[in-house]
Amino acid sequence: MTESIALLTIFVLAAFVGVEVISKVSATLHTPLMSGANAIHGVILVGAIIVTGQAESTWVMIVGLLAIVLATVNMVGGFVVTDRMLEMFRGPGSRKKELHK
Amino acid sequence: MIPTWAQIGYLVAAVCFIVALKALSSPKTARAGNGLGAAGAVLAVVITFVAYKPDHLAPILIALLVGTVVGVVGSRRVQMTQMPQLVALFNGVGGGAAALVALLELSEVSADQTVSAIATAFTILVGAISFSGSIVTFAKLQELMTTRPVTFPGLPVLFVAGLLGGIALAVWLVSDPRVWVGVLLCLVGLAIGVMLVLPVGGADVPIVISLLNAFTGLTVAAGGYVLHNSLLLVAGTLVGAAGTLLTKLMADAMGRSVFNILFGAVRGGSTLGAGEASERPVIAGTSEDVAILLGYAQRVIIVPGYGLAVAQAQHTLRDLVEELQGRGVKVDYAIHPVAGRMPGHMNVLLAEAQVPYEQLREMDEINGDFKSTDVVLVVGANDVVNPAARTTPSAPIYGMPILNADEAQRVIFLKRSMRPGFAGIENELLYDPRTTLLFGDARESLTKLLAAVKNV
Repeated sequence: MTESIALLTIFVLAAFVGVEVISKVSATLHTPLMSGANAIHGVILVGAIIVTGQAESTWVMIVGLLAIVLATVNMVGGFVVTDRMLEMFRGPGSRKKELHK
Repeated sequence: MIPTWAQIGYLVAAVCFIVALKALSSPKTARAGNGLGAAGAVLAVVITFVAYKPDHLAPILIALLVGTVVGVVGSRRVQMTQMPQLVALFNGVGGGAAALVALLELSEVSADQTVSAIATAFTILVGAISFSGSIVTFAKLQELMTTRPVTFPGLPVLFVAGLLGGIALAVWLVSDPRVWVGVLLCLVGLAIGVMLVLPVGGADVPIVISLLNAFTGLTVAAGGYVLHNSLLLVAGTLVGAAGTLLTKLMADAMGRSVFNILFGAVRGGSTLGAGEASERPVIAGTSEDVAILLGYAQRVIIVPGYGLAVAQAQHTLRDLVEELQGRGVKVDYAIHPVAGRMPGHMNVLLAEAQVPYEQLREMDEINGDFKSTDVVLVVGANDVVNPAARTTPSAPIYGMPILNADEAQRVIFLKRSMRPGFAGIENELLYDPRTTLLFGDARESLTKLLAAVKNV
């Protein structure tokens, strides 16, 4: 039971951190924010690896491997796409350099 | 039980995720933050391999490789204009993965672990909703299907039946965790997801992406509870909280409630737009006419829209603005919070064309300036300047704050045709005697306009 309470405590605290952190993001960056948050929930990959690694039947393994593929697409794709977007938001200095090259 | 060092490693990864989100508060730190988030993810995966020593190592590594290749190739190839649908798709596969993981955990859950069983049922149901809902969202944004709300007479009844059925199956699953009940629950979830997103109109789709993103976050958190994994719990909760808040912010920016966005079309037929143009006369000009208007103006405001980005005309527009500024015209870009296909999407698209972000002005900041503006140049936007948002209670965008382009002396629309915008409704401003239309592809029109301005 104590572990359940500990997990519940973590859940509540993380919810407050989430709201606190996001409320400071400027509207300019809302699209990268959505895509960055998206990449983070791809960490379900960890869960997918754990269950697949304990698989005792072929059926469980096949579904587990499918979950791994999907979660990896979510995580890797999410971070790469967010990076591509953020690459556009460079400081004015580097912008000029590019224009005159 | 996993070793202490691994738990501490997971804590470090969780902190990386929090810092990654926090770094998004400024364009200067955002990219480094995202890199840190990715590093946290890699750390978490490595820890998992070392601490859990999974069997079937070779197939797992192959699956990882396949997912990585698909993810990298997909996100490298996509155009900036297609970003929203890619985000929707990635969100969907994440939700699907969470539902599958929970299904596999069912064999481990016994009926006396009530809380774990509830979390498992929640993950299966909501993960499936997020998966199928995101796929429909993707289809709408990619215009594989109509972007207008899709409803049919029995939909509300069917939707409520689906929800009740889902809840009943979830309760059954909690009292008796059997895999086949879980599979059934998953199928019902898929159906609910489709029915949830079908009635949502094009202009509201971004809000649904954000909502489904929050859903997936919560399923990952619930998955963390089932697996007793603090990292999944923290990361999922962060995304759930962030997504919920962002959904609320966006709904506020559009002057609507989330409930109205999701169920507005189901409750009454009122949100269906006309979808086609009427036959009323408009004033069409030539690029020379428009160039004279622009060249002799003192104050010009540009309203960029998605049509600009599709035509890849951002660079030409930037050249035109520079030419006008060289002639002493004061020019600003007015950015509506939901211009493009996602909030902040237009900022990304203009940043791609290296428009200095000091020239980009937010709606609240610039809306008072339209009264004293000589010419508003609307390039490929429609819904964000549609006065129907203020005047027509039956319009799907009614209540959405808009850019007050109608208050300027003259309005110029660059449009390909009279086809209405993404929300599928007509814009009265197009028929206003002060409005001039310049038909054609945005890039060609802007190129001609630039040449004409140089000759003025």
